[in-house]
Amino acid sequence: MKLVKYILFDLVRSRFVLFYFLLLLLFTGTFVLLQDDVSKVQLSLLNIIILVIPLVSVIFATIHWYNSSEFIEVLLAQPISRKRIFISEFIALSLAVGGAFLLATGIPLLIFYPDTVSLLLMIGGFFLTIIFIALAFWSAVFTRDKAKGIGLSLVFWLYFSLIYDGLILMIMFNFSDYPIDKIVVALLSLNPVDVTRVMILMKMEMSAMLGYSGAVFTDFIGSNVGMIYSVVLLLIWSIIPFLWALRKFSKKDL
Amino acid sequence: MVKIKGAFFLIFIFTLICFQSEGKQFIVSKTSHEFSSIKNALLKISAGDTIFVLSGIYHEYGLVIKVPITLIGNNFPVVDGDSHGQIFSIESDSVTVSGFVIQNTGFSAMNDWAGIRTQNVSVITIEGNKFLNCCYAIFLAGSKYCKVANNIIKGNPANQQLAGNGIHCWQSINCEIYNNEIAGQRDGIYFEFVQGSTISNNHSYENMRYGLHFMFNDNNRFVENLFENNGSGVAVMFSKNITMLNNVYRNNWGASAYGLLLKEINDSYVLYNHFEKNTAAVYMEGCNRIVFTRNDFLQNGWAIRVQASCMNNTIACNNFLGNTFDIATNGSLSLNIYSGNYWEQYEGYDLNKNGIGDIPFRPVSVFSMFSENMPESMVMMRSFCVTLLDKIEKVVPGVIPEDLIDNSPMMKKINNAYPGKGT
Repeated sequence: MKLVKYILFDLVRSRFVLFYFLLLLLFTGTFVLLQDDVSKVQLSLLNIIILVIPLVSVIFATIHWYNSSEFIEVLLAQPISRKRIFISEFIALSLAVGGAFLLATGIPLLIFYPDTVSLLLMIGGFFLTIIFIALAFWSAVFTRDKAKGIGLSLVFWLYFSLIYDGLILMIMFNFSDYPIDKIVVALLSLNPVDVTRVMILMKMEMSAMLGYSGAVFTDFIGSNVGMIYSVVLLLIWSIIPFLWALRKFSKKDL
Repeated sequence: MVKIKGAFFLIFIFTLICFQSEGKQFIVSKTSHEFSSIKNALLKISAGDTIFVLSGIYHEYGLVIKVPITLIGNNFPVVDGDSHGQIFSIESDSVTVSGFVIQNTGFSAMNDWAGIRTQNVSVITIEGNKFLNCCYAIFLAGSKYCKVANNIIKGNPANQQLAGNGIHCWQSINCEIYNNEIAGQRDGIYFEFVQGSTISNNHSYENMRYGLHFMFNDNNRFVENLFENNGSGVAVMFSKNITMLNNVYRNNWGASAYGLLLKEINDSYVLYNHFEKNTAAVYMEGCNRIVFTRNDFLQNGWAIRVQASCMNNTIACNNFLGNTFDIATNGSLSLNIYSGNYWEQYEGYDLNKNGIGDIPFRPVSVFSMFSENMPESMVMMRSFCVTLLDKIEKVVPGVIPEDLIDNSPMMKKINNAYPGKGT
C-alpha cells in the first residue's frame, strides 16, 4: 500500500492528471451550463466517455509505464514481488486517472442531473479507464520499444472504438437475412466500449427506437438483468487484460 | 319592401323564442319535488321541456331521451350505472345534456356501452359533463351538427381489454368537439366516416392506444389540441383535405409510438404544430401532396419518417432541433420537396449573409438509411464508426438518396409561433 501511495503521489505531482482533471471539468461544466436539456448533456458526455477517456487512459498509461521503467527496475532490486509492484502500479494509475474522471465529471453531473443515466455514465467511464489502463500495461510490457508500445496501445484503442464496430456492421449487412440478434448481443459483449455505449443508450433513447424488431436487445440489455450483465461484463473485461498483463510481466526477462 | 320583410323576420324570430320558452320545467331531486328519479321524469315530459336535476347520486341506467328536451345537472348530480349498461341514449333531435357526472357504465364484450349515445339524430349539445369509468364516454353515431364541449372524460386503464373510446364519432357530419379533457380511454377521440368537423382545444392524454384515431374522414380540421403521453400518439389514416393546425404532440414515446402517424393522406396541411419528444414525430406512408410548414420538431427520435411510397409532399420552413434523426426514408428515390428549413445539424456557412446557407443540406444520414432497412442495426447508434460513416456520406453521397436535399437551409431558427389566436 505504501508503494501505491508513492506512485499516486508521483502521478499527481506530474501535473498531467491535474490537467486531465481540469480538462474534463471544463468539458462537463460547459455541457452542463450551456445546454439546457439533460439528454443532450448526457449524450455529449457519452461521446467523451467512449472516445476520449479510452484514448487518454491508454496513451497516458503506456507513457507512464515507460517513464517509470527505471523506478520499476530499482524496485525489483528490492525484496518486493513483481506481482505486488505491478498491482500497485495498476491501482495507483487507476485511482489517479479514474479518480480524476469521477471527480471532474461526476460532481457536476450528479449535482445537476442525479439520475440512472448519470450513474451509468460514471460506472461506464470508470470501467473504461481501468480496462484501457490494463491494455496499455500489456502493450508496454509486450515491447521495450516505447514507440512500438504506444503504437500498439493506439491500435487497441482504434480497434475497440472504430474497427470492431465496422466489423459488426459488416456482419449485420451480410447476414441480415438471418436472425442475428443473439449473435450481435454476443459480439457486442466482446467489446467493452460497445457494452458501455449500449448500456447507457438503452436507458436513453435507443430502447424505444429499436422498435419491435429489436426486442431481443430491449428485453435483454434494456432490462435490469441486462444492466447487471453489462456491469459484470465490464468487470470481467477489466480483470482479464489485467491478469494477462500481470502474467506477461511476471514471466518477462527484464 | 325590404323593411316589411325585415319586420316579418323579426316577428318570426320572436315567435320562435316564445315557442322555445313555452316548455315546462321539471325538477328531479333525491329529497322532495315531483320526481325522485330521472327515469320517471323522462316518462312525463314533452317536447321543449327542461329537466333540472339537483345534486345527489342517482343509480340509473338505460335512460332514453325520445323528445327534444334540455337536461341540466345542477351542482353535478351523479348518474351511476353501477356497471349495468348504457346510461343515456338520445333518440331525438335538439337535445342538450349538461352538468352531469356520468359514471360506471360497465364493460361488456358484446355491447358498446356508452355514457351518452346518440343515434341518427341532429343538433345535440353535450356540454360540461364529467364521465368517469365509462366504457365509451360519448358515442355519436350517424349524428349531425353535434356539439361536444368542455367535458372531462376519465377512463379506467385497468380495463385494457374492454375499454372503449372517449369521444367516439361514427358516420357523423359537422360536429364540433372542443375544450374536452380525455384520459385513460382506449382512443381519446375516435373519428370514422366523419365529414366537415372540427376538433379543437382538446387535451387528450394517457390513453391506451391513440390520443386521436382518425380514419376515412374527409374535410376535417383539428386545431390547437394537445396530445401527450398516449400509448401510440395520433393516427390519421385514409383521408383527404385535413387541416392540422397549431397542435402539440408530446411525449409519445415507446417502441411503436408516433407523434403523428399519417397513412394514405392526400391534399392536407400540417401547419404550426409542435412535436416534442416522440419516438417518431411524423410517420408518413402513402401520403401525397401534404404541406408541412412552420412546424417545430424538438428532441424526437425521428423527426419525419417518410416511406418511399410518399409523393409530392412539401416540407418547408420547419425547425428541426435536437432530433436523433431529422429525416429517415427507406427508398433511394425521393419525390418530396425539402426547402427553407432550419436544421440544427447543418454545418454550412453563409458568405453572402442572406440568412440562407450557401451549401445544401442532406437531412438523411446513412445510418438512418441502414436502420430503416435493418432495424436491429440501431444498436450501433452513436458508435464512433457510424458517426464517421455519416460524415463521409455527407461529403460523398453513395447510399443516401441524391434528391433528398434542402437547397436553401436556414442559418437561424425560424420563429414558428402561431400568429392568429383561435380558429
